[in-house]
Amino acid sequence: MEIVGLTVDRLHEALRARATSVREVCARTLERIEALNGRLGAFLTINRDEALQRAEDLDRELARGDWRPLMGVPVAIKDNICTRGLRTTCASKILHNFVPPYNATAVERLLEAGAIIIGKTNCDEFAMGSSNENSAFGIVRNPWDAERVPGGSSGGSGAAVAADLCVVALGSDTGGSVRLPAAFCGVVGLKPTYGRVSRYGLVAYGSSLDQIGPITKTVADAARVLQVIAGRDPRDSTSSNHPVPDYLAALNGEINGVRLGVPREYFGPGLDEEVKEAVWRAIHRFADLGAEIVEVRLPHTEYAIACYYIIATAEASSNLARYDGVRYGYRAEGARTLREMYRRTRHEGFGAEVKRRIMLGTYVLSAGYYDAYYLKALKVRALIERDFREAFARCDLIVGPTSPTVAFRLGEKMADPLAMYLSDVYTIMANLAAIPAISIPVGLSREGLPIGLQLHARPFEEAMLLRVAHAYERAFPFSQKPPL
Amino acid sequence: MPITKSDVEKIAQLAHLELTEEEKEQFTVQLAAIVAYVEKLNELDTTDVPPMAHAGRDERADYAQRDDIVSEGLGQDLALRNAPDPARGYFRVPKVIEEG
Repeated sequence: MEIVGLTVDRLHEALRARATSVREVCARTLERIEALNGRLGAFLTINRDEALQRAEDLDRELARGDWRPLMGVPVAIKDNICTRGLRTTCASKILHNFVPPYNATAVERLLEAGAIIIGKTNCDEFAMGSSNENSAFGIVRNPWDAERVPGGSSGGSGAAVAADLCVVALGSDTGGSVRLPAAFCGVVGLKPTYGRVSRYGLVAYGSSLDQIGPITKTVADAARVLQVIAGRDPRDSTSSNHPVPDYLAALNGEINGVRLGVPREYFGPGLDEEVKEAVWRAIHRFADLGAEIVEVRLPHTEYAIACYYIIATAEASSNLARYDGVRYGYRAEGARTLREMYRRTRHEGFGAEVKRRIMLGTYVLSAGYYDAYYLKALKVRALIERDFREAFARCDLIVGPTSPTVAFRLGEKMADPLAMYLSDVYTIMANLAAIPAISIPVGLSREGLPIGLQLHARPFEEAMLLRVAHAYERAFPFSQKPPL
Repeated sequence: MPITKSDVEKIAQLAHLELTEEEKEQFTVQLAAIVAYVEKLNELDTTDVPPMAHAGRDERADYAQRDDIVSEGLGQDLALRNAPDPARGYFRVPKVIEEG
């Protein structure tokens, strides 16, 4: 069984034809991880023995004629999503030895659907970063060019899918952390509507922005994963009981008359010429397929990064207060008082970017600054959400680039945090407005690096997002693979 | 408002973070640049804009609280399993009361 380019569809076809077994696919995947992970750094933990054991159990189920929606699918899970009994570090020294006593709801649902957890993927520490260079356990290299970043923060998940070290992966997206690695690695990344997928067991970063989302090789696989993980969870009071439609049935190729909005603010200064060309070429192709192209405005786009870095860091400073060396994770040795133990544990346990964001978040929430920064940012967030509501009165989906550039070089932006933050200029908007967005690959640059296109939809309209993305993929498949 | 090294020290104290001299110098410069950038928001008049207090609140959804039914918790054993210094069913910590 060839695992390069393996999708859920192809795996299931082969399993149904008895051309392969779950165990064979699982073993092949583990072999490939062992061969390539040293170079890529995509996985922090490989779940070898348990995965093989589970594969054998699933083969026995198959032999009995049982079937499940993600039967036998090797899944990689970002290391900030809790997996029972399997180390979950958030790529941080402060959680280097943390073994969760429970599964995240999304993980629980994947397991019920027959998936196999193949391992835990590297990421920026606590999902804070755009390049995966903030991991305490090493960088991830882009499978397309080893000297480039895979994008962050779900860089390990993006690289693992692109390099066929799994069939699908879960990431988390607070300001673009699923979509940016998908764009940089030439795969599909979906950030669902806020509240569509339970956040239970996702280690909290910015709680009003965080969503778990799939990273996959095809739009159909993104639909399959979303189908399984979406829906109300009594353990997450912000999860919605909005009905979950049949996402796979929505992939009917129908695109006629769909109004695609092009916001001029997404094509301004800072956008790389090659990315711009590729995205416009794709927009013309959407038109050729029957979509109607309309111009829309998102006038507050230029304020999104400032707004985001206030809200996200404020929430982070509060969420990360729990890492104090008392109940789990790392504890500094030799402190004489409790207060000293807290300070030294956090000093030694957190990396530079996490400290920087805790500091910024603490500052914007501190007495005298709350109204000027935090409250102001919440008001600007309302303006950004209103921009989308007004734009969606004129169109069904909003289209643009996922990132202003292709994957940048390792080390290029590490000295300048603000330059790094600007990589998220187009992805942050969807998190602030709490709407769904997807990144799909639409071509390669002259240097052979993937270019991502992003579509946004109204809240809870993932079905339309997937339908239109799938129609494009079917007409213009992205079939190139990284040179590994 | 420019951020000074003493601001950085004060924030670090609030956040229970110990910082090295080098980190203090670095954060003073970097946070000043970031704060100067986010002050861009002051270009916007938001006098009559209500803050977005709830993220993506779905008007059609029912966020009713769950029923108050007793369920199993983690239990002491599992809850202590990741503790750096558990002792007799508790989390042990250094001295809480500081002298002086």
